[in-house]
Order: sequence, then structure tokens, then C-alpha cells
Amino acid sequence: MASSLTGLGGRLAVKSGYLHSLSRGFAATAGAPAPEKKPEKTTYGPLKDQDRIFTNLYGRHDYRIKGAMSRGDWYKTKEIILKGSEWILKEMSASGLRGRGGAGFPSGMKWGFMNKPFDGRPKYLVVNADEGEPGTCKDREIMRHDPHKLIEGCLIAGVAMGARAAYIYIRGEFYNEAVCLQEAIHEAYQAGYLGKDCCGTGYNFDVFVHRGAGAYICGEETALIESLEGKQGKPRLKPPFPADIGVFGCPTTVANVETVAVAPTICRRGGAWFASFGRERNRGTKLFCISGHVNNPCTVEEEMSVPLKDLIERHCGGVIGGWDNLQAIIPGGSSVPLLPRSICDTVLMDFDSLVAVQSGLGTAAVIVMNKQVDIVKCIARLALFYKHESCGQCTPCREGCSWLNKMMWRFVDGKARPSEIDMIWELSKQIEGHTICALGDAAAWPIQVSASFYF
Amino acid sequence: MYRVPQLTRLATTGARIVTSSARGQQTAAAPEKIEVFIDGKKVLVEPGMTILQACALVGVDIPRFCYHDRLSIAGNCRMCLVEVEKSIKPVASCAMPVMKGMRVKTDSPLTKKAREGVMEFLLVNHPLDCPICDQGGECDLQDQSMGFGSDRGRHQNQYDGKRAVEDKNMGPLVKTSMNRCIQCTRCIRFANEVAGVPDLGSTGRGNDMQIGTYVDKFFASELSGNVIDLCPVGALTNKPYSFMARPWETRKTESVDVMDALGSNIVISHRTGEVMRIIPRMNDDVNEEWISDKTRFVTDGLKRQRLLAPMIKEGGQLKQVDWEEALYVVARKLRQTPADQIAGVAGGLVDTEALVALKDLLNRFNCENLYTEESFPTVNGGGIDLRTNYIMNDRIMGVEDSDALLLIGTNPRYEAPVFNARIRKSFIHYNLDVGLIGSPVDLTYDYDHVGTNAKALDDLLAGKGSFAEKLKSAKKPMVVVGAGVLQGPQGAALLAKVHQLADQLRSKQSDKSWKVVNVLQRVAGQVAALDIGYKPSVEALRDGKKSIKLLFLLGADEASVSRRDIGSDTFVVYQGHHGDAGAEIADVILPGAAYTEKESTYVNTEGRSQKTLPAVQPPGLARVDWKILRALSEIAGKALPYSSIQEMRQRLAQVAPHLTRYGEVQEANYLKQSMELTEKSSSAVNAELKPAQLELADFYMTNSITRASPTMAECVRAARKHQQNPHIEQPKRHTAASAM
Repeated sequence: MASSLTGLGGRLAVKSGYLHSLSRGFAATAGAPAPEKKPEKTTYGPLKDQDRIFTNLYGRHDYRIKGAMSRGDWYKTKEIILKGSEWILKEMSASGLRGRGGAGFPSGMKWGFMNKPFDGRPKYLVVNADEGEPGTCKDREIMRHDPHKLIEGCLIAGVAMGARAAYIYIRGEFYNEAVCLQEAIHEAYQAGYLGKDCCGTGYNFDVFVHRGAGAYICGEETALIESLEGKQGKPRLKPPFPADIGVFGCPTTVANVETVAVAPTICRRGGAWFASFGRERNRGTKLFCISGHVNNPCTVEEEMSVPLKDLIERHCGGVIGGWDNLQAIIPGGSSVPLLPRSICDTVLMDFDSLVAVQSGLGTAAVIVMNKQVDIVKCIARLALFYKHESCGQCTPCREGCSWLNKMMWRFVDGKARPSEIDMIWELSKQIEGHTICALGDAAAWPIQVSASFYF
Repeated sequence: MYRVPQLTRLATTGARIVTSSARGQQTAAAPEKIEVFIDGKKVLVEPGMTILQACALVGVDIPRFCYHDRLSIAGNCRMCLVEVEKSIKPVASCAMPVMKGMRVKTDSPLTKKAREGVMEFLLVNHPLDCPICDQGGECDLQDQSMGFGSDRGRHQNQYDGKRAVEDKNMGPLVKTSMNRCIQCTRCIRFANEVAGVPDLGSTGRGNDMQIGTYVDKFFASELSGNVIDLCPVGALTNKPYSFMARPWETRKTESVDVMDALGSNIVISHRTGEVMRIIPRMNDDVNEEWISDKTRFVTDGLKRQRLLAPMIKEGGQLKQVDWEEALYVVARKLRQTPADQIAGVAGGLVDTEALVALKDLLNRFNCENLYTEESFPTVNGGGIDLRTNYIMNDRIMGVEDSDALLLIGTNPRYEAPVFNARIRKSFIHYNLDVGLIGSPVDLTYDYDHVGTNAKALDDLLAGKGSFAEKLKSAKKPMVVVGAGVLQGPQGAALLAKVHQLADQLRSKQSDKSWKVVNVLQRVAGQVAALDIGYKPSVEALRDGKKSIKLLFLLGADEASVSRRDIGSDTFVVYQGHHGDAGAEIADVILPGAAYTEKESTYVNTEGRSQKTLPAVQPPGLARVDWKILRALSEIAGKALPYSSIQEMRQRLAQVAPHLTRYGEVQEANYLKQSMELTEKSSSAVNAELKPAQLELADFYMTNSITRASPTMAECVRAARKHQQNPHIEQPKRHTAASAM
């Protein structure tokens, strides 16, 4: 066990190193205007109703264009477009929005990568609506109840990066959502918001919906691009990054649905407004999906950096059996390491504080497990999921995930030797960081942490 | 289509560097080199190179499975992981381009650990059946597990088991044992990129991913055997060779192939006087590292239908005799027959030494009637007098520099499969435009089908049509005409037309060494025969004007001269290695040696002379061909002045010095003169240009050796069956109009 603990320390160092480099990059862009420093907030949440971006999250109102416009969508879109790409990028940077798909890359910077001189190739925005992360159900709510936010976001993000078109790659299982989305796109075309001369600005922009075929790995951006091109969804090697060579060989940015959908509101209400929520470098509001052993599982928009305990107590009616009955929480979808109970009491739900406890915000899909659960079996189920979803392209993930899966189920059945606990930890280390995409890492993490805490 | 848009290609210099460096002749201004450190050693490399290539420059060999020089980069085996300073994760060196000041550690503990991890994963589902695996001894996985494998497994076999994968049936050539597969996808990439048949692919995902042909079918490619070499493990092995020999038991002889006129470089593996298998030898100028299936799998043809002893026909029955008697009979006939009634006909597989010896011998008897079976127009005597007319002047490599290629009456896919792969490479990576006049065949790349009739050439000459524009605007156009369509009465006129077109294109060329006109020969011996002065075509024998009483067939097996042509009283001597069409009509048979059994010279279609080396002894009483002729000359009383291979070579050099400059191409000169000569005979041509080999089934059996090979026969059967499979879509006729 000692070896596993030192290893964890090593991983912490590695992770914070990564964060460090990220933060430097971020500060460089966001810190440019340097207004006078406001005193930082110390408490976060609850989010006030007037600050909610997704005002039809629960589908109580009309999702169509009429209802959407009554909620403020498509309001002054023309003016926003006419302000130009620079202005939009500036607002996005000022807002401090970080990608909502899991990696948390600063969106303003990412979209700025596309701002290169025209080289004859069109640019594309690809919206990642392949929401397959276990526990996550936020993009789905957006697409079926607030599709116009997404479509308007596509247009604005498209203008910001000079894109010719947006492809929304929607998960194949989301049939009804794809229908709603397609209907909304149709409405937007009819209203003159999309197509030739969008909103009367002279900008040409198209939005296409592409339905996936049900592979989790297609949520990885380069696999998504491959799939969109009609090939097997297998992640590409990077470099070249999609911003250089993406879909159909053209510069491409892949962004999460939520990231794109909040863009219009940020532009309308200003980056500063968005930046007034959450902690430094973890700004804005966020959709949290809470599932598992809570009394009232839900998807809710909250301020970033809201304490995990508050989130569960306030919105979900608490853990089944009370907070003391809590065993562990996966804070950001199955791809992030789980948090043991001791950490859950105090941790804030944002990128940095979760990284500081060796987990991650991921997609903010909080999976709550109380003490009635067999945690080893839970992890084994995750291992089975990753084994099933590994694309099979690169060796460590292809061979490793199935090996981990077999071992985990032996742990469940009690057919393993104690020495295999250290071995499974080592195996997960052999997968982590050695693969083309992050699926290998995601498969390794839950097992690593549980091997440290629970076995 | 596989072709990538130009801009993409520019941007992916990292991924494409392999091919651009392979194209050695480009002399663009080299970009500034950047400095990287490999294990602390400083090395200057071109930007865009991968770490793996940079490591190769300083002699550091990175273990790899999926990476291959001539295929695109997959980066999926993860064996080539190296530590790079300031990078948290180890990086895949095969795919990562070098960056300025990068510090790579190829033997650090992190690197070693990463590779050991990958090796453990590769072996966990590998059957570890090395003792019964044909790849044993030349297996990358075996070799690298010596360096990075553990001495014991951690896998709990009794609980977890190993993956079992069903073996695929890919036809009579490639044997599969899919349990051993490590999913490196080299074979898939080869099939899709080089061979141009999208037959191979992967199905399933994760641990269930399988490599195969999707449905149970024949891997229908003329280059399919190359996947055997590419496979780093024993998943794809040589079916006819299976369980025959171990690599350490065999001896290797470097030689040259004679199945087509390219002269692919090969290595012959042999054991105890038996050819076991043939594998390619790298030669970037000729065959890169591919060989065709005919080249590779012809070995069993070398062991069957062989002529083992001299024979004489007595009472309609061939009777085995000893050498003395046979030679004596032939020598007596030689002496008795008047010179103008003697003729010699050489087949397509005959080596230069034997050609010279036969010519010298008949010349001694004042006979000049020396012909080749493969015919070629002799335009007013100009056709073969000037070498420009019958060789591939711009060379095989040239197609990579060319930007427009016109194929006339040829199907390079089956006439010269490796050359076709080169055209495809140029098509994909260097934007080559291809046009075809002749039967519309599946060439594995898109082309403009200009016409099937030779009349289409007139349109091109007049500048009509879109492809004429492309040819005209091309910087380095190439016209390749198949030797097959130059046969027959209209051949001369067609060749003249080709010359006119080439001349028109050449007049705009700044590069005077670029000759535009190229002939793709079909048989290995033809260029040398023409170089030496054989007359192409046996028409003179067939039309009955000459009454030939002694016919000497030197490996002539294509039945170009039959008994009907020459009359029953003609004495036919056949010298060769296979009992085929030639031996059938012979009165005396002198058993010769096949190309694997003699040291001999072949000149390929570009005019490159290359040397074969004897791997095994000729079987039975068979002897090396030029030695037989030398012995015959002595008995006939006109001894030829060479009795060793060195003296023979001196004689070759006397006849034509380029014949012994091995590996080099002797350029043809007198382009202008050849133009002048050919133009005189210029007249209209109106002929359907139909190459002899139209589909895969036509490819396998084209000469006496392949006709004797059971493997080739099986391939023909498989190819025919494949065509009748209703569930397989017929190959698309490629046209540029439908492309992209």
C-alpha cells in the first residue's frame, strides 16, 4: 500500500504542474485589461433566479422560437455579430468561461486559436453533443428544452472564430432531442437567423445536426471528428490539433454544448457579469447533474464553486440516509476519481479545488454513493463500462481496460489475492498517460483511487 | 478516395515527412535545421521530422510495432514511447514532430517503464505459441519482449483467460492466426494506402477489435503478400510456406525477380538445395520494399514441371539421354543446316548471358536469324536501333516527380504491380494526374479515361479534351505505353504517334533530360535482348517466307512459334527450365537453369542491369544456360571464347558495356534521331488498345514458371471465385470525373 500512496503524491505533483501551466496561460489573456481588484467573494451560491442562463431547464415552457424569444434568446444577436469577432472573443475571455465538457480549457483562448489568416480552407465549429459520460445529463436538457440557446451560441461562436458552419454531433440515443434541435434549427432558418445573411448581418452560417451511432469514445473531440467524417470513431494523434487540421482537413474547434449555449447570454449581459460568479479562474454558472443516492436527483444551474455539500443538501434533498450515511462521491462524471466522504464535507465544486483533492470537475455530474453501496462493485461496473467503450486502437487501453475489468470482478467475487491490489494499481498506472486519448486515463483513475482508499 | 487535399498535406508535414523524404530526387531549398537532443547528444534535424526519425539519425533504435517507414503513422502500439523533458506524459516518438531544443530520453527509467508496461499489455492476450509460430525467429514481438518483457506473467490465466479470435480466410496466399494479432494495423494501412484495395479493416472495438476482410473473402490484391512481411507478429504468415522452415535454418541469397520487367530485388531463402521462399529486398529505385504476389509465391513453380535431363525425340517419344549425346545431335544439326535455315528464338525469362552466348554461337555459323518471342515494332529499322524507343526513359522513380501520366494500352496493376503501387503513391502524395487510353481497368487510383481506341491519341495531339490540357500544362509529363499493344501490325504506327505526342510535350520542357516517352515492357529479358541485337517478333518465322530447318528455342514458352508455322521437318531444339509449350514441340531438350539457379544478368524496363545470384543448384542434370551453349559450341567445332563467368561478363561488356554496370541505368540517347526515324512511318492508327491482363485472375499465370505453380493455379481459382461472389461489389471503374 505504501507504494500506492507515494504514487498518488506523484500524481498530485503532476496534476498541479499541469494546472500551473494552464493558469499561467489563462492569466496572460484574462489579465490584460486589469481593472481595479474587487474583493473576492468567500461564499458561493445559491444562484439567484435572475442570474440563471437556462431558464427553461425543466421544460415547463415552450422550447420553440416563440418561447425562446420570450426568454430573451435571439435578442440583439445582430448587434452582437456586428460588434465582430474581436469583441466576442474579448467578452468570452473576460467572462473567464472554461470549457464545460470536462477539460476546462479557457474558451476565449480556444476560440482565439481559430483566428488565423484565411488559407483557403473553411473553418468549422463542431459542437460536441455526444453526451455519454455516465451521470451526465446537462446537454440533453439544453437541447430538448432550450435548443435556441445552443443554436444562437453556434452562430455567435461561429462568428467569433470565423467559421463557415457548425456541426452539432448529437448522441445517437438522443432521438427526441435531435428532433427538437432540428426543429429549432428549422425555425431559425425560417426566421432568417441562419443560412445566408444571418440576422441581416451579411454573415453566412449553417448549422447541421449529425447523429452519432452510440459510441462513448465519439465524445472525444478527435474521435468525434473522425466519426463526423464517416470513419470509425477512433481518436486521432495530436498534433496536429483540430485547430490546424480538424473535420474534413479544415481548422475546427470542438466545443461542448453548454459552453456554446452560454455564449449568447455572456455577450448580452457582459463578460464581467459572468465573471462575478465563482472563484478566481473558475467563473460563471454551471449546470450540475446530481444522481445516485440522493433523495431528489436533479439537474440544476448553480454558481461555480458552490460547496458540494450545499449542492446536495439544497437541491437534492440530501443523501439517502443522511449526510453521515455518505460513502463517496464522484464529482464530475465517471471519468474523474471519486472523493471519499472526508473530502466531501468541505470541497468546493470547481475546477481548481477538485483538482486540489486529486479529482476533477469533469462534466459536473455528481454521483453520490451512500454506505449501502458496494464500492468495489461500483468501480467494477465502471471498469466494465470503459472496457466496453475502449475503441481498441491503442494497446494500453485496449488490453488494459479488459484486464482491469476482469480483475475488478474477481475482487467483487472475492477471488483475488491481496497482492493483486497493488498490482491493479500498477496496471492502472501502466495505462494512465500512455494512450492516445484520455479514455485510458479515465478508466484508470477510479480504480487507482479506490485501490488507495477502499480495498 | 484516399487522396488528401493539397492544403491538408501541406499542414501535415509531420505526418507526411516520410514520403517526402522518400522522394529523394527533390532538391528544394532545405529549410533550416533545428537542434534537438537525443540522450544528451545534439543532433540537427529537419523540422517536421518525428522524434523516432531523429533518433534514427544518431543511431538510436526505438522499438516499434505499428510504425513503418512507408505507411502512414498510426501511433497506436505505444511501444515507441519516449520521455521528453518538460512533458508530463511520455510521448509516442513515431508521431511527435521534433521541436526546437527538445530533449529526448530514450533510455530513462520512465521510458523503460512505459515500454515494459506496453509490452506486458501486448503479451497478456498473446498466445505465446512461439514454438509453433512461423514468425518465430523473425518476430518483432519476440525480439522486443527480450528487451522489455518480464520473465513471468502477472496474468491469472485460470480466472481471466485469454482472448480468442477466429482466424480469417484471406485466400490461398496469406495464412492468418488472429490470436497472435496485436492490432498494429500495418496490414490495413498497407491495403488501403499502397495496394489500394480497401479490403482490410478493423471491426469491433476495444478488446473485441478484429482485423480482417469484414466478410469471409479473398484478399484480392496483386500485392497481398506484402502484409506478411509487414506483420510484426505471426498473425499473417505465408500460407504456402507454412511450417516449412525456420529463418535461422535457411540461407539467403540476394537476387532479382524475373516475373515482370521491373526486376524487383528479392532475397531467396533456401535450405538444402531447395528454394523455400522469396522475400523482397529494399531498393528505392525499383521496388521500394514491395514485391508482387507472383514474385513471392512462385517458388513452388520452380520445383514442378522441371526439365531434369537432356532428351531426344525418338519415334514421337522423348527419351532421356546423356548430355554428350544430346549436344552431339544438336551440334551435328548445326553444322549440317545452311545458315539461312537456322533460327533462334529467345523467351522472356532468358538471361543476358545466355542471349549473348546463343547469338555468338549462331553468328559463328553465319546465322543472323535471332528473334525474341515478345514482339516489338521495328519501325523502318528505327524501332529497336535506338534504345529510347524501348525502355522506360524516365525511370520508375520518375513517376514520383511527374505531374501528369498518360498510360497507353497498359494495365500496370498486373503488368508491373510494384510500379502501379508507385503510381498510386505519386497520385496520393504528389498530385499526379493520370490518364488512360485503353481498356478501362481498375488501377486502384482515379484516372481520366481518354479513350479505348488509339484514335484518342490524335485528340491529345490536337490538344482536345481536358486531359490534353493537363498534359500540356504539366511540368514533367510522362507517357507510358505498354509493350503489349505495340505488337501487331499497327504497333509501329502507334509507337510513332506516341513519339509525336512525347515530342510535342518535350518541346515545352526546360529539363532536357526528361524524355517523356516510356515503354513498359512485360518480360524480364526483353530489354537485354534488344540491347544485344535480337530482332523482336517471330513474324518472320511464321509467315513461311523463310524455310527454317533448325529452330533453337531458348526458353521460348509462349507458343509464338508452333509446329504449324514451321513445318514438321524442322528440327526444334528447346533449351529451358520448364516443360511447357517450347518443350512440347522440341526434338531435343537441353535442360537449363531457372533464375534462382544461376548467376546472370537481367536488364529491367528502365534499362537497369541487375544481377541474380545462384541460390540453389539446377535440378537433375540441368545446367546453367550459357554453359550449355558454350559446351555446344565446342562440340560443334566453333568454341566460344569464354569459359568462366568472368570471361562471359567481359564478353557482355564488349557487346554492350552497360550490361555489366550493375544497379545503374544506362540512359538512352539519340532522342532526336529516333524522332526523325519514327516520324517517317507515321500514319493513322485505329486499334482498340486492350492489355492482355484485365483482371486479377489474368495476373497469376503469365510464364512457364507460374504456369507450373500450384499456388498460382489456386490463386487463379480463388480470383475467379471471388469475382462470382454475388455479395462483393464489382471493382469500380475509376474515373476522375467521379473522384472526390
